[in-house]
Amino acid sequence: MSVTAVVMFLAIVGLTLAITWWASRRTSTASDFYTAGGGLKGWQNGLAISGDYLSAASFLGIAGSIALTGFDGFFFSLGYLVAYLVVLYIVAEPLRNLGKFTLADMISARFDAKKVRGTAALSSIVIVLFYMIAQLVGAGALIQLLLGIDYWMAVLLVGFMMTIYVLFGGMTATSWVQIIKACLLMLGTVIISFLVLAKFDFNILTMFSEMTTATDAGQAYLNPGLKYTNGIDTISMLVALVLGTAGLPHILMRFFTVKDAQTARSSVIWATWIVGIFYVLTIFLGFGAAAFVGKETIVEANAAGNMAAPLLAQALGGDILFSFVCAVAFATILAVVAGLVLSGASALSHDIYGQIIKKDKVTEKEQVVAARVGSIIISVISIVLALGAQTLNVAFLVSLAFCIAASANLPVIIYTIYWKRFNTAGAVTAMLTGLISALVLVAVSPNVWNPEAGKAIFVGDPLIFLTNPAIVSVPLGFLGGWIGTLLSKETDEAKYREVDVKAQTGISVQDVSH
Amino acid sequence: MAGNQNQPPIDYDKIAELQSFKQLSKRKNKFLWTLTAIFLIIYLLLPILTSFTEILHQKAIGEITWVWIYSAGLFVMTWGLAHLYVSKANSYDKEAKAIIEEYERGVNK
Repeated sequence: MSVTAVVMFLAIVGLTLAITWWASRRTSTASDFYTAGGGLKGWQNGLAISGDYLSAASFLGIAGSIALTGFDGFFFSLGYLVAYLVVLYIVAEPLRNLGKFTLADMISARFDAKKVRGTAALSSIVIVLFYMIAQLVGAGALIQLLLGIDYWMAVLLVGFMMTIYVLFGGMTATSWVQIIKACLLMLGTVIISFLVLAKFDFNILTMFSEMTTATDAGQAYLNPGLKYTNGIDTISMLVALVLGTAGLPHILMRFFTVKDAQTARSSVIWATWIVGIFYVLTIFLGFGAAAFVGKETIVEANAAGNMAAPLLAQALGGDILFSFVCAVAFATILAVVAGLVLSGASALSHDIYGQIIKKDKVTEKEQVVAARVGSIIISVISIVLALGAQTLNVAFLVSLAFCIAASANLPVIIYTIYWKRFNTAGAVTAMLTGLISALVLVAVSPNVWNPEAGKAIFVGDPLIFLTNPAIVSVPLGFLGGWIGTLLSKETDEAKYREVDVKAQTGISVQDVSH
Repeated sequence: MAGNQNQPPIDYDKIAELQSFKQLSKRKNKFLWTLTAIFLIIYLLLPILTSFTEILHQKAIGEITWVWIYSAGLFVMTWGLAHLYVSKANSYDKEAKAIIEEYERGVNK
């Protein structure tokens, strides 16, 4: 651990704490806490969405995957990017026009029943916890490696920081931490990519031709199939990636931080460009690491390849760039987990406590207190779970979160906005079928069962071959909602007309003062 | 979600019944779902082609194989369709505004 690295880590910590202090003085109402008062501009929210979305799994994980498995790693970049079209075309604007703080608010705009809100809050919390454990486990491993401290200490450090941001600065602090992190991440990635390109004489053709001999995979490195050999499983994973984003609670929540659908729209455009450019650059990170660090060194540092990007920075830019990239990785993790805590807390404190237990009879002050208590609860639970989950594979946990989001949340969102006949029973069955089928299918998958000891959580034969069950569980979520709807006689066309008019025109949002 | 104090509550049924609203709704949904189906098919065609055929494994330019060209196409498609959406949505906004004005004229009559 060099002096440069310590200075850069402290700079990140200092800067984010200063933002939190500044934001804490602007956080007095529940709306401030959950949505930064709904006052973010399009570009700000676009950067914040990117900062929320480009997690350690993207930065460290994809760079490592491309370095080790060539094109197969790039599948993630494609899925994560095209997902933004689903968000933009289907979800973003109606969500902004119908919701207030949470996904459950949006569904409850049509079905005002406790069981609907409760189920939506439950599935949000499950997704948030899976995603957060993944980030914390990744963070723990990374910081352990970088600072030379114990895993438990590293998890506690990140956990402590994220709790401070959210507790005192709410969405305002979280958003600005995400915005700054997005800028730092882009800067770091552009610098490394530039250095990689320089090594190949700024010629893409040279780069590709050198990559055919740079790894032991030879020509095959440039084609799919090094890692993903089962076609159905590959397609299933890509389904989860493209449909999951539109159901991730911490991403959906970001659309409530802007004033109207037009701003939500422009924030997605900003995000699509930023994450798109980032994902193009993952090619240079991955290729560069494979060529200039080498497979053996990458695997030696971390078997999953998570250290590929920092090691590449060291190979090309020495200690200064290495320290900078590590500090950026740290900021990346902090920004994502803070967003996750906030969305988990909104489901727990706003949906379950405020709306279900207290039936919306809470004062402004009580709401803010509840939000802070909820943040602490979510933080503590996820820290405890992460401390026990050290050996779990990070990429698996993230893809599982995407799978649950696509299976449990996306069907109910689409039905709520677009299907007239949809009803309360359907909303509950859609969410439960998607959630339970995703969880059960993963529990019997090769991620959890492997005949060889030490390769998975349990020793034994998996019941299904799919490592990501989205191709089955997403249709099940849609089917569950459809059957549940038809089995119940309830319909309320007047309510649907209201929701439809609100979603399409934004008429009610214009009346709401933020 | 309530309207302003001094205004009557919004009569959503009345807006939903407007011919202009019905038409906008129909055109908008048709556009959204057609494009969504198209980009999802183009996207999923990549793993289908790479898993079950070898046609994208062939070299296109130098050592660059067709999978990379197809992938580059997906990036261009994403940015292109995002901007197409914005320009469409901006024109839908104008229509939605006209619909609200039409409704308000009806209410104030």
